[in-house]
Amino acid sequence: MTSITDAPQNPLPFKSARSRKIPGGRVIRWLRANLFASVTSSVISVLLIALLAKAFVSLVQWGYWNAIWSVPGDQTGACRSIRGLGACWAVLPEKYRFILFGTYPFSEQWRPALVCLTFIALFYVSSRRSWWRKELVAVWAAALALIGVLMWGGIAGLTYVSQDRWGGLPVTLILATFGLAFGFPLGIVVALGRRSKLPAIRSLCVLYVELIRGVPLISLLFMASVMFPLFMPDGVNIDKLLRAQIAFVLYAGAYLAEVIRGGLQAVPRGQHDAADALGLSYWKKNGLIILPQAIRHVIPPLVNTFIAFFKDTSLVLIIGIFDLLTTAKTSIIDPAWQPFSVEVYIFVGLIYFVFCFAMSRYSRRLEAQAHPN
Amino acid sequence: MTTSTPELRRRRQLRFSLNRQQIIGLLWQVAVVGIAVAIVAFLWSNALHNLSVRRISTGFAFLGREAGMPIADTWLAYSPRDPYARAFIVGIINTLRVAVIGIVLATVIGTLIGIARLSSNWLLSRLAAVYVELLRDIPLLLQLLFWYVLMQGLPAARAAWKPIEGVFLSNRGLILPSVPIAEANLWVIAAVVAGLIALYVLRRQLMARQMADGKVRRLWPYALALVVGFPALVSFGLGASWTVTMPELRGFNFVGGLTLAPEYFALLIALVTYTSAFVAEIVRSGIQAVPRGQWDAANALGLRRSFVLQRIVLPQALRVIIPPMTSQYLNLTKNSSLAVAVGYQDVVSIANTTLNQTGQAIEAIALIMMVFLTISLGISLFMNWYNARIALVER
Repeated sequence: MTSITDAPQNPLPFKSARSRKIPGGRVIRWLRANLFASVTSSVISVLLIALLAKAFVSLVQWGYWNAIWSVPGDQTGACRSIRGLGACWAVLPEKYRFILFGTYPFSEQWRPALVCLTFIALFYVSSRRSWWRKELVAVWAAALALIGVLMWGGIAGLTYVSQDRWGGLPVTLILATFGLAFGFPLGIVVALGRRSKLPAIRSLCVLYVELIRGVPLISLLFMASVMFPLFMPDGVNIDKLLRAQIAFVLYAGAYLAEVIRGGLQAVPRGQHDAADALGLSYWKKNGLIILPQAIRHVIPPLVNTFIAFFKDTSLVLIIGIFDLLTTAKTSIIDPAWQPFSVEVYIFVGLIYFVFCFAMSRYSRRLEAQAHPN
Repeated sequence: MTTSTPELRRRRQLRFSLNRQQIIGLLWQVAVVGIAVAIVAFLWSNALHNLSVRRISTGFAFLGREAGMPIADTWLAYSPRDPYARAFIVGIINTLRVAVIGIVLATVIGTLIGIARLSSNWLLSRLAAVYVELLRDIPLLLQLLFWYVLMQGLPAARAAWKPIEGVFLSNRGLILPSVPIAEANLWVIAAVVAGLIALYVLRRQLMARQMADGKVRRLWPYALALVVGFPALVSFGLGASWTVTMPELRGFNFVGGLTLAPEYFALLIALVTYTSAFVAEIVRSGIQAVPRGQWDAANALGLRRSFVLQRIVLPQALRVIIPPMTSQYLNLTKNSSLAVAVGYQDVVSIANTTLNQTGQAIEAIALIMMVFLTISLGISLFMNWYNARIALVER
């Protein structure tokens, strides 16, 4: 897990002072200062411009000029004839509903669409600093309940849709959001346990964190999909999605615990002493004084952990759960469309990118607020 | 040491008289450990019951049985008739093959991109930033599938791309010229390694003597003798052959040369590009952590820019860089397990096949965990040792 301090762009301080005195218009001056400041710099600029121009031209040729945007039915002959020369975007209007919602009943797909919007609204609301209050917990509970109702149905006149028909973007968002929603409190408890003075509790927490972080996530998912049923008593059969969800909660808990531990270490000793002097209990001391400060210290790395976690949910492809990446991969099994997987991966990559990029921008803004200089 | 008896007794009394807080702590620990033990015992008894119902034996005896699993890309002689144990070893070697080469390449490329991001050339720094943002914000598995699809979309062997003489890129993978490795060649490689170690020791001694009397001593004659002369002598003495075999297209396939299978190549590209984006950010933040005054002072001395970077800035930046870099190396190693998605048989993929063939889930997963915990521990130990070596010595 990386916690990269992303300071505003600050070029190395060997920009020549001469650049300020160079004559010419603003554009010329800017060019000379930023692209042609020295011989080496000029050579690099020229090479890069040539390379970029070439890449840009071939990209536009492939993605726009030579591209095919729609074909009748499954007649992909036209697409095949331009393979390698142009993109076949026709695959997207054909497959986008499957990619986004999987095998969810076609006529009911407004429900998962609404679920995605609910998630986005929930993320938006949670990102407002002025909204970080106790009521937010209630908002979360309500939103998650609404999501459950919409996905499952069965009440309020909605037809019941069983879990094995869920797929696509809602599954990715569910895995990520529930994983974090339950992994976060778990992480807090484990982080506190790791800093506890009680040796048995401390070693249990260390064991948990190190075991989970020491192995690849895939092995945890394999464990959830094959070993979990072995560990359950007879007759208890937990759904595959739920098993993966449990694995994700355990995984998120271990990584978040380490980030939060970093925050706990940054809270000055005096805060503990002051709380003890007031005679606060362990839980009051941590809940009211230590944790709020600790978490505030580590918000940017927390958001970075969220991003990593969001991307990692795509690994459920390996155990056959229909998340966004799996639906994308499945949508091009169809022989007619098989050669056009690059187009589909670009589309799905864009969706992941939008979510992750939004989060990373957000983390950068928070950091700028925390360290105004 | 002599301790009087009354004092000893008093100490013992102290030990057994707990205050209220200690009792609460003790109770908490008993409760938490008790719950943990109860959960583990419950799961364990269920597992034993389920295993006996499904007639799956426990234990590692299956490792001696015939694996019957084909492995396409191996460095070690292997046939499907070999036992599971050998298949696992092949898998571990395959994992290390990706991880070690991946770590080296990701470090080199990531460092270059990180430095490029700080360049005063606007275009270069912007491009590096785009590279970082794009690769960081797309799941690795998606990138891996993307590269794999691209590899499969390459022309067939007969119409392979030939960027340089002797290098072919086709849907059979990347084919490079190679030197056939005989025993004599291995000895020469060993001689180079021995020469490098000797040079390192010598350099330290020369530096120490330079520190003592201030006289500058030349290193390059020794370097030449140890790293070039000595291996050349060994090569000559043993009669090692260094003729390069160029791969050739014969019929439908390539003959000679070194083949990087498409699965391996796709996995390597994906891991290297993805990790290098994170490495670039670490390098950048490390360089930025070096105070500006260091640059100014070096500039004032009229030192060359590359010299300043190498001798003044990077050594200081390394202290900031090493700890997060360690976790990136660990991530890359763990991420190499995604090999299973494209059918490259690393240790996880082989364990997964074993698990499906024998049903011995617990043992297979335990093996995966053991392998990765060992590798992780190895990387951490090495990096911590390195970190301690370069850490700031406060006097």
